[in-house]
Amino acid sequence: MIPHAPADLGAALLESMVRIRKVEEAIAAHYPEQKMRCPVHLSIGQEAASAGVCAALRPDDLAMSGHRSHAHYLGKGGNLNAMIAEIYGKETGCCHGRGGSMHLVDLAAGFVGAVPIVGSTIPIATGLAFADRQLKRDRVTVAFLGEAATEEGVFHESVNFASLHKLPIVFVCENNLYSVYSPMSVRQPAHREVWQLAAGHGVTAHQGDGNDPLAVYELARASVAQARSGQGPVFLELKTYRWREHCGAGFDNHIGYRTEAEYQSWRERDPIATFERRLQAAGTFDAARFAQFNARLDAEIAQAFAEADHAPFPAATTLMNHVYAAS
Amino acid sequence: MNAATTRELSYAEAIREGFAVALERDPRVLLMGLGVPDPKGFFGTTLDLQKQFGPDRVMDMPCAEAGMSGVMLGAALNGLRPVINHQRLDFALLAMDPMCTQAAKWSYMFGGAMKMPVVFRMILGRGWGQGPQHSQCLHSWFAHIPGLKVVMPTTPHDAKGLLIAAIEDDNPVVFIEHRWLHHIKGPVPTGHYTTPIGPARLARAGSDVTIVAFSYMVLEALEAAEKLAREGIDAEVIDVRCLRPLETSLLMDSLRKTGRLVVADTGHSTAGMAAEIIALASESAFDSLKTAPRRVCFPECPTPTSPPLSAAYYPRSGHIVAAVRASLGQPANPADLALPAGVELDKPNPAFTGPF
Repeated sequence: MIPHAPADLGAALLESMVRIRKVEEAIAAHYPEQKMRCPVHLSIGQEAASAGVCAALRPDDLAMSGHRSHAHYLGKGGNLNAMIAEIYGKETGCCHGRGGSMHLVDLAAGFVGAVPIVGSTIPIATGLAFADRQLKRDRVTVAFLGEAATEEGVFHESVNFASLHKLPIVFVCENNLYSVYSPMSVRQPAHREVWQLAAGHGVTAHQGDGNDPLAVYELARASVAQARSGQGPVFLELKTYRWREHCGAGFDNHIGYRTEAEYQSWRERDPIATFERRLQAAGTFDAARFAQFNARLDAEIAQAFAEADHAPFPAATTLMNHVYAAS
Repeated sequence: MNAATTRELSYAEAIREGFAVALERDPRVLLMGLGVPDPKGFFGTTLDLQKQFGPDRVMDMPCAEAGMSGVMLGAALNGLRPVINHQRLDFALLAMDPMCTQAAKWSYMFGGAMKMPVVFRMILGRGWGQGPQHSQCLHSWFAHIPGLKVVMPTTPHDAKGLLIAAIEDDNPVVFIEHRWLHHIKGPVPTGHYTTPIGPARLARAGSDVTIVAFSYMVLEALEAAEKLAREGIDAEVIDVRCLRPLETSLLMDSLRKTGRLVVADTGHSTAGMAAEIIALASESAFDSLKTAPRRVCFPECPTPTSPPLSAAYYPRSGHIVAAVRASLGQPANPADLALPAGVELDKPNPAFTGPF
């Protein structure tokens, strides 16, 4: 594997990816029950990005995300029960039922929030890094974004400011080729790569295989180290692909915006199956550990859904709570 | 408040002093805005603050209103108390997402997990050819949004007190100054004090008619009240001061006394704050109303640049007097709307010679 990596890094990355996928597959399985009454945007197929980046972060480092945020929340260590309860609209949810799938938060895990207006958390994450710099803390912030967010003005405004002030932030762009159903070809010029946009603002920028958790980890480790040391922000473009529909639990290849052949070519590059084979080939796959992990994980997920299902809804009398912060 | 420590300051000087007090008291306070540390000091409201408090706390910024507003939201979430400054309200409109869709919702949508102590300060332009894009009075837009607080101080005392209150508030506050108030002088206490966000101010007591006004229009309303007094009409003037949360107790008390309502808003009438005040009065004090309420607002067109068109555009005290006459069932007096000799309506004060 990699010489300086922790001995169990491979297993940790695999487990992180499997956890994200199994949680999202459980969401997909339960979604037709009509108890999760909010949009869901699944990251199935894109798990390596969250797993690799979050493995390079300290627990007290910060992260923010957009509408497709389950993986980032879980990768950063967000509370699973609070996430599922939130998607069920329950009082025990991480936003007490005010947010739903698109508004996850777990401050204890350093996950400072996700919102669905594309690009809108990029400047906010930049502001987290700005405050850490001002207050002389050595934390790093990660802004997770999709490639469509690089088309928003605030992306450029944020990267320019982060570059100007050498802020401790890593912009992690998962390029899954589609914004809802709009392909890259109608949104960005063919001759220019996404990472080059950030490079134009004078920040270190890399492109990597977003389906390879080790490659992601290596890029993220170096990027986080650079950002933390005061040498300025880094932008990572991670190439990946979502398997399921833009919004919802099903598949949407039949509606004609992408080809079955393209989809199948990415399925063959399944980040989890590929990485498991790689660990086996390297002789570092611990089948017994993985089996135990899977059993624990299945139980953890089943319990999270059962608890969310049985948890109380917020009382209607609390409708007006939290409009303003309690002082 | 110690009267011995109160002296006269201009509104602009009061704002500057409010910033200095807030910066001095709390190291988390940060001013950011295009031109905040520039030689003109943001109409004099930030003069020399960077020299006093350093470039890390009194900062210029890239020309990027939306992005920098978002950055200030993140800074607010992560331990600072930023004020983002716009020399015209019109520039703040580039930042409607961070203000209205993000900051206003942050406490609610995350179930109270975080506080958003940020101030969006913006200045209303008027006169001297500010034209369609340097003059928009869109305070009612912000007042429509739950989760925001919106203040429009009229006096130097309230400008300083509400500014400090806004900075110390744990919620996003939209702080709106009218450019024509900057030179107005009034008593301002030294040191730290706050003016509570919410209650309106009784600017003038009266018994015949209630004139409710916002920001600069309070001055026009007071001038109207003087004119009316000369004819034996006793007008009460209420300075709304805070648009959200809007406390209406003073208004309702006044209406129960006078039964007549004229609202003078520095903004358009359609879907505006004057309409809201009249709706609230109708819902809560309908039985007290002796006649239909009246509005004095901007015409339903953008602000023109040319001086004569600008003079025809902005309502002034005479328009308020005319509205009061109508509410009293008196015939209109064309003299109300005549422009007195020597008055130049495109200048905030006689000494003003531009350029902005």
